[in-house]
Amino acid sequence: MKNFSKKEYQRIVSQHEKSPWVKNLIWAFTVGGLICVLGQFILTTAKDMGLSKEDAGCVTSMTLIFLSGLFTGLGLFDRLAKRAGAGTIVPITGFANAIVSPAMEFKNEGFILGVGAKMFVIAGPVIVYGISSSIICGLIYYLLKGGAPL
Amino acid sequence: MMPYLNAFLFGGFLCAVAQLLIDFTKMTPARILVLYVTTGVVLTFLGLYNPLVELFGAGATVPLTGFGNALANGVIKGIGEKGLLGVISGGLTACAAGISAAIFFGYLFALLFSSKEK
Repeated sequence: MKNFSKKEYQRIVSQHEKSPWVKNLIWAFTVGGLICVLGQFILTTAKDMGLSKEDAGCVTSMTLIFLSGLFTGLGLFDRLAKRAGAGTIVPITGFANAIVSPAMEFKNEGFILGVGAKMFVIAGPVIVYGISSSIICGLIYYLLKGGAPL
Repeated sequence: MMPYLNAFLFGGFLCAVAQLLIDFTKMTPARILVLYVTTGVVLTFLGLYNPLVELFGAGATVPLTGFGNALANGVIKGIGEKGLLGVISGGLTACAAGISAAIFFGYLFALLFSSKEK
């Protein structure tokens, strides 16, 4: 076994602490990819059961939201998220987690301003900017098309 | 097996990009989610995102860019059916199931479970 001097050891440790980004990247890629594979499985199954493309998409989102809400409640989601980072945040699972997690945490502030309000700490901005940008782009699209039927 | 591989690769890619943003720009997760949704909306209106959905399936729809894609497709569909009114109503119509599910299940699980003391 090689003997490291204290200085050398600290240098190596700090190097690893400074650049965990490769490890983070691999975790995010793998876990995020696997969540999408699960989504693909639900999507394919729903389509095979005769649902339309839109409905199958809805069922996929709802199932993933349900599962990630449940796993957040059980405390399993955060354990995975600690390692997977963006791999659990970016898929729709992260959106559901962002709703359940603060709602649970602020339960002691009451059911109206605790649970009811804190649910939207992160989900709120997502919905606000998602809808606003879709309306602005939609308006431009509508005008470019000549503003046909009213 | 191809659809699964495609979903894995593109979904993983979108998450990897977000991870790089977190590690190198110190963007918070909330900002990343907002960035992804609006990017999904804009790319869809530019006609660039739906081809990705065709190619990568759930790899393109499950990440939050897919939420933006669903909103934008809803608005485009709404415009086709109702014109100007569809600009406003189309987005949420298309995403009604996802948003309602997220709110209701979120509320339900928050009632059922409590966060663990640290």
